Amino acid sequence: MAIQTPNGFNLDTSGKRVVVDPLTRIEGHMRCEVNIGPDNIIHNAVSTGTMWRGLEVILKGRDPRDAWAFTQRICGVCTGTHALTSVRAVEDALDIKIPENANSIRNIMQLSLQIHDHLVHFYHLHALDWVNPVNALKADPKATSELQQKVSPKHPKSSPGYFRDVQNRLKRFVESGQLGPFKNGYWDNPAYLLPPEADLMATTHYLEALDFQSQIMKTRVIFGGKDPHPNWIVGGVPCAINVDGVGAVGAINMERLNFVSDVINQTTEFVENVYIPDIIAIGNLYKGWLYGGGLSGKSVLAYGDIPENANDYSAANLLLPQGAVINGNLKEVHPVDLRDPEQIQEFVPHSWYRYPDEKVGLHPWDGITVPHYELGPNAKGTKTNIIELDENAKYSWIKAPRWRGHAMEVGPLARYVVGYASGHKEITEQINATLAALNVPIDALFSTLGRTAARALEAQRCCHLQRHFMDKLIARIKAGDSSTANVERWDPETWPKEAKGVGFSEAPRGALAHWIKIKDTKIDNYQCVVPTTWNGSPRDNEGNIGAFEASLMDTKVERPEEPVEILRTIHSFDPCLACSTHVMSEDGRELARVKVR
Amino acid sequence: MEERPQVLVLGIGNLLWADEGFGVRAVEALHRGFVFPEHVTLMDGGTQGIYLIEHVRNADVLVVLDAIDYGLAPGTLKVIEQDEVPKFLGAKKMSLHQTGFQEVLAMADMLGDLPQHLCLIGVQPVELDDFGGSLRDVVKRQIGPAGELVLEYLARFGVNPHRLLHPLPDTATLSSPEFALALYEGERPSESEACRIGDPRVLASAAAPSATEDP
Repeated sequence: MAIQTPNGFNLDTSGKRVVVDPLTRIEGHMRCEVNIGPDNIIHNAVSTGTMWRGLEVILKGRDPRDAWAFTQRICGVCTGTHALTSVRAVEDALDIKIPENANSIRNIMQLSLQIHDHLVHFYHLHALDWVNPVNALKADPKATSELQQKVSPKHPKSSPGYFRDVQNRLKRFVESGQLGPFKNGYWDNPAYLLPPEADLMATTHYLEALDFQSQIMKTRVIFGGKDPHPNWIVGGVPCAINVDGVGAVGAINMERLNFVSDVINQTTEFVENVYIPDIIAIGNLYKGWLYGGGLSGKSVLAYGDIPENANDYSAANLLLPQGAVINGNLKEVHPVDLRDPEQIQEFVPHSWYRYPDEKVGLHPWDGITVPHYELGPNAKGTKTNIIELDENAKYSWIKAPRWRGHAMEVGPLARYVVGYASGHKEITEQINATLAALNVPIDALFSTLGRTAARALEAQRCCHLQRHFMDKLIARIKAGDSSTANVERWDPETWPKEAKGVGFSEAPRGALAHWIKIKDTKIDNYQCVVPTTWNGSPRDNEGNIGAFEASLMDTKVERPEEPVEILRTIHSFDPCLACSTHVMSEDGRELARVKVR
Repeated sequence: MEERPQVLVLGIGNLLWADEGFGVRAVEALHRGFVFPEHVTLMDGGTQGIYLIEHVRNADVLVVLDAIDYGLAPGTLKVIEQDEVPKFLGAKKMSLHQTGFQEVLAMADMLGDLPQHLCLIGVQPVELDDFGGSLRDVVKRQIGPAGELVLEYLARFGVNPHRLLHPLPDTATLSSPEFALALYEGERPSESEACRIGDPRVLASAAAPSATEDP
């Protein structure tokens, strides 16, 4: 019995139910349930956040200037982005203007995090959904060397001896039984399509990226003063500039600026000579697998980020694009206003919260977070051990945010679709060049692979933007401007009795915003809508399904008991997970359960 | 072993989840009470997982402080060394970071840079599922003893830090002054303002591990 959702998906709940739980930890656990028909195709998908986060409520009554430090601890992955978004929200509420240098430094830090996260996401959290490290043991190192030189002639590490060494190292790991991060893969699943040489090349880059990635972070350490958990401050950045200083503790001098500049160059090289060529090479071998598009070809949302000039958050001033595309109409990009109570609203009829009237959505400024945990009449199991959810009732700790009533996808692909639809020159050129290299039409962009490719293209563009802001920063410093913070309104006595503000950014995994209300110098209400809230959203009043759910629809699963296709697509969103796609139980076994009913 | 091995004392855990903050609080206490030689680094690792790998790779001696579910009486301290460490770092069900850290060690090993000496000093937590909460008293009382265990272990490597007669104040944090214990606990909104419970399934699975396994 099939029903069609208003956003255009045909749901059929006959067929066997497959449960994958948990898919991720950190910012809450995630679980999904799908119905797979006799044709091995997914005809219904249900995604749920199974842990309540509730950051909002622990900030009540605290000093707004401290909020960044708390939001930075929500999750282990987007720390800096939460901190940035939080200080922006407070600055917006209190009308605090930051200096140009602070804007450049924040942009460089945010871009650094973006690139770092994209690289680590691809190689260490997602690549193994496409790449088979066990199959890499069968590769011929000489053929691998030839492949490497073909896909990226500029990459210096390409000799047969080098690949033989890596292969031996892998062999030792596999033979010792300690597959480590490679444990628990479905390594003989027919969904893996790469020849052994491509597997060895990509697995080698897994190790190279692991070795290189910590270099990227050094930029944030220099500007943020410490690692981990760099410092942030309302009004600017907490680092002094003393360009003539020699080895001064804390102050940014020429030596440190040159260091950051070197890091940017090395990062650009790695992204252009390793990451991008790998995406093209792997994409070429998987381009027949174009599942997972979900909402990306229909409704996408980007708040935008990286202001060219300080304190101007209008779309025209943002170098990462802002806008909304709905109903697949790429000819029109709608403006987005995070203050408008009619645009972003959160609904809870399918979420474990209670509103006085659940037919309406609430704008985050008026958001309320009252938990109400109950299973629907058709759920199986108990509250403490759910066997099967009832998606017709409340079924998730994630609220359902909507933009003018539409379920939206956010993230790198959403940003690139908005950029493409806006006619953004650089983004359009990148997309067209990639489509040409793979010899696929534009529709191929709306897929799991498109999401993964957009992330790589964005990493490359972020490298170039980092260079732009580094040059800008150095030019201003040389011209005598060493200002990095505006503390005119640091003293709460200068604040109005009541104020409200919104701060937004593009986290690596998508649009992020914090809405704050300040009363008598303390936080009165604080609401975060994080990217995984958009993408992991449950159904709404109208029955529209969320982005994860939509992305799983109509996917063919080769072996339902080894749903590598589900993991592949969900992972392509870079959901807020720890540094692991695996969750171990006490005896080291994989805890992620797969159940077929 | 080099003459002066690089030592990393790493507190891990999430400050926002009650006893999950033990590792970070314990390393903070060492920072306030002692002056360590330069080859010893004290670090608030938070839940940074893979982003800590560089620090792990640079260490010859790694001491991890954390809240660990050993299945012992709440507040019990337990020291684990060498090969046993990764196993225990994967033991906890509630943790928001631990599986990550087990993997970090495996990744460091793959790169050929696993620290030669590994030590895990863990406390059995009382309560993890109290978002915005602080350490429970019985766990808080183990901060001092856990620090002594760190010093005992480091003495093997010739590390003898200078004990300060007057420890630095609560606000001298490694994390950030916003997380000074008195401030963190003092500004907490009341329970009537801010619901503190979590997902009952998390509580249940912490109490009965079999609930999360296949029948």
